[in-house]
Amino acid sequence: MKAIMTSTGNHLDSKLDSRFGRCEFFVVYDTESGSVEFIPNPNKDLKEGAGIASVELVASKNPDLIISGEFGPKIKNLLDSLQIQLVVIQDTERKIQNIINLLNH
Amino acid sequence: MSIELLFIIFVSDKCSIDIVSPKNKILRRVVNPPPVKGFKPYGPNPDLRISEPVTLFYEEYEAIRLCDYDGLNHELASIEMGISRPTFTRIYAGALQKLAVALVEGRQISIGGGQVYFDTQWYRCLGCGCHFNHPNKDQKVTHCPLCGHLHFSPIAENKSPIHLVEPGTGQRREQGVTDE
Ligand SMILES: [Zn+2]
Repeated sequence: MKAIMTSTGNHLDSKLDSRFGRCEFFVVYDTESGSVEFIPNPNKDLKEGAGIASVELVASKNPDLIISGEFGPKIKNLLDSLQIQLVVIQDTERKIQNIINLLNH
Repeated sequence: MSIELLFIIFVSDKCSIDIVSPKNKILRRVVNPPPVKGFKPYGPNPDLRISEPVTLFYEEYEAIRLCDYDGLNHELASIEMGISRPTFTRIYAGALQKLAVALVEGRQISIGGGQVYFDTQWYRCLGCGCHFNHPNKDQKVTHCPLCGHLHFSPIAENKSPIHLVEPGTGQRREQGVTDE
């Protein structure tokens, strides 16, 4: 399974970024291979349309799951229509490593 | 009316996004897919009656569900589906016409297709506390995608203000009731 998380930084000790469209980094994690890829979010400073641009970016990676601190209604509807499962973690102190550990349940 | 409703999406022509619909058309929001894929006529010589089925699009099914099962007026139903009221009225009229053709001509009804997306329900995991949804409605929700825990509960959607009219059938369970 391929999961994408939003991260505040580019290492495993970084915390989950609570914003989806304007997060600092996207983390692509593959549960089968264990590979981790950090992608700087090119949309984080967009005045408008950061959410939709970020949906396009993450959708191009074909994830099964997206994990973030929040998804706006518009973004959720787009991701629903793409049949991508969403996970919301409200505890923004969670580290990326911790989320990866959970995914390896 | 809740604020939440005001945020219902319009994937409009202005959107530059191509991944949702190749033609950038407005997608109609459907909350629940129908429980069956269609209906067959019965009676004497039903075989003679099996002609081309009438295809009721998902949005047409949803229009009838909202109007005649949930008892919403066209205005509220159009908001539920994230489309304009004239569009809703057109879809609804088309739905009734198809049903009439099926009834009068004894045709099968097959439900499917159309320009829709299925809105998903949120669940709260009782193991890790995360919230998650479940986009594939053909599959049952079995576990938390994050931690794998088997126990979770649906999260109420705050949509009660528009569900004032209970249908006469009494079949409809109150949606959004949760054991939280
Ligand atoms: Zn969980």
